[in-house]
Amino acid sequence: MALLTIRNLTVKFATAIGSFTAVDGIDAAVDAREVLAIVGESGSGKSVSMLAVMGLLAETATVTADEMMFDGHDLLHMTAAERRRIIGREITMIFQEPIASLNPSFTVGFQIEEVLRLNMGLSRHAARARAIELFTQVGIPEPQVKIHAYPHQMSGGQCQRVMIAMAIATNPRLLIADEPTTALDVTIQKQILDLLMDLQERHGMALILITHDMGVVAETADRVIVQYKGHKMEDADVLSLFEAPQHPYTRALLAALPENATGDRLPTVSDFFGAEGVK
Amino acid sequence: MNYVVEGIDLTQDYHVAGGFLGGAKSVRAVNGASFAVEKGKTLAIVGESGSGKSTLARIVALIDHQSGGTLKIDGQEVDILRKRPDHVLRAKVQMVFQNPYGSLNPRQKVGDVLMEPLLLNSKLPADERRARAEAMLVKVGLTPEHFNRYPHMFSGGQRQRIAIARALMLNPALLVLDEPVSALDLSVQAQVLNLLADLQEEFGLTYVFISHDLSVIRYIANDVMVMHKGEVVEQGSRADIFANPQHPYTRQLFAATPETDIEAIRQRVTRRAALRGGPVL
Repeated sequence: MALLTIRNLTVKFATAIGSFTAVDGIDAAVDAREVLAIVGESGSGKSVSMLAVMGLLAETATVTADEMMFDGHDLLHMTAAERRRIIGREITMIFQEPIASLNPSFTVGFQIEEVLRLNMGLSRHAARARAIELFTQVGIPEPQVKIHAYPHQMSGGQCQRVMIAMAIATNPRLLIADEPTTALDVTIQKQILDLLMDLQERHGMALILITHDMGVVAETADRVIVQYKGHKMEDADVLSLFEAPQHPYTRALLAALPENATGDRLPTVSDFFGAEGVK
Repeated sequence: MNYVVEGIDLTQDYHVAGGFLGGAKSVRAVNGASFAVEKGKTLAIVGESGSGKSTLARIVALIDHQSGGTLKIDGQEVDILRKRPDHVLRAKVQMVFQNPYGSLNPRQKVGDVLMEPLLLNSKLPADERRARAEAMLVKVGLTPEHFNRYPHMFSGGQRQRIAIARALMLNPALLVLDEPVSALDLSVQAQVLNLLADLQEEFGLTYVFISHDLSVIRYIANDVMVMHKGEVVEQGSRADIFANPQHPYTRQLFAATPETDIEAIRQRVTRRAALRGGPVL
């Protein structure tokens, strides 16, 4: 049985000029210990669909689904208190801008200890010890020193390591990473992806990786969902997706990679669909 | 040999003011970069944050003055501290920036964006300026109807087309492109790269192309220069650099760049399956 099951998820935003559908009838499932990549370009709804699962969308959003189940819990019909026991504990999330994700006014140590005290019920003392342990685990050098640092005193890569430490602090069953390496240099990206994959394997978490980068998909995913303008285009295991992409949009995305260029020109999406686009 | 742009031992120091107790220091952002680009060719400068690639771009684009070394445009030595660039020189070198959301004035109509360089650098009459701006919109894949619209009405890719059009209004010889496709979606990136290739061929443009993305560089560059912490660690033809990278940092960069090679994916999937003691699927 899948750890997270989503059926017919639709997210609409109320705007000044009427209702806008960002996610239109998406089905998705992720198994325990599975790495699922959700790939798409801007406006594909890849972030919005996961923010809907987390319940982090603004008031203007209307979320509907036939089913949204996490490990036997119905995420659609639960009280706020029940939701708090799952979101932020069983399911955690990290974001694209690691420096912006942390509060600039508090030390990184305070911020991770807050998670440990509130969610794990640890004492101040125990939280400090566990925080240092987690910092070591995510590869932050000199954790006893860095625990007193403010976010602006750390590099982007280190801040993302802090975010990852906070996200795994509660031993979650599912970690959602929304473009976790997009703001980072490629050598740092490699380190962070290696770290995420290592933690995923060791903790036996499921990992949903939201990305626009086919290279990141190729190096991490077990299974891939391709989204475009709020619709699911394709759902396949990673090897089949790259070897024999079924949907024209997936083929277009792969062809648009400069490393796959065969002639003088790069094919673009319109070469695959004609001018009117998909759907 | 006549080069469109030549840098000889270019150096840039930034001075960081100290506090009350002193502590002023200088940071060498670029240390002795030398390069030369022929007409119609593309030099790609690759590096990560802090490598000095954008600092070098600003020197080449005549925005900042170098602290040391010589810059030559079309064989002429250029020293913007001694002599302000005149209209002819300004027209020769133009720049396109990374973020098309930040590089266009939100209160200026697209037509005005395109006509401004002509207004400042030429004596063309108004109707001629307009005609050229409309023609340029078509060249970059937009339409003359876009003339009276504001930047916010355009997508990121379209805005980058406008920024490229603006840079081309004065018939430059050299275009300095600082991460021109990094902010764009993959499919849009492909369109803009195609456009840049077409324009290069049509106008015989020379490009200095700054990027962190090796796959983009492999597609567009003739020559490649790899920078790391202000130093040029390796430079050469694209074929040489990609076939046989010499410097450890270049190799590290290649190793870190994610691959979409089928065999590599197959191996990873197999490794993972073995690690779990069973098939993944």
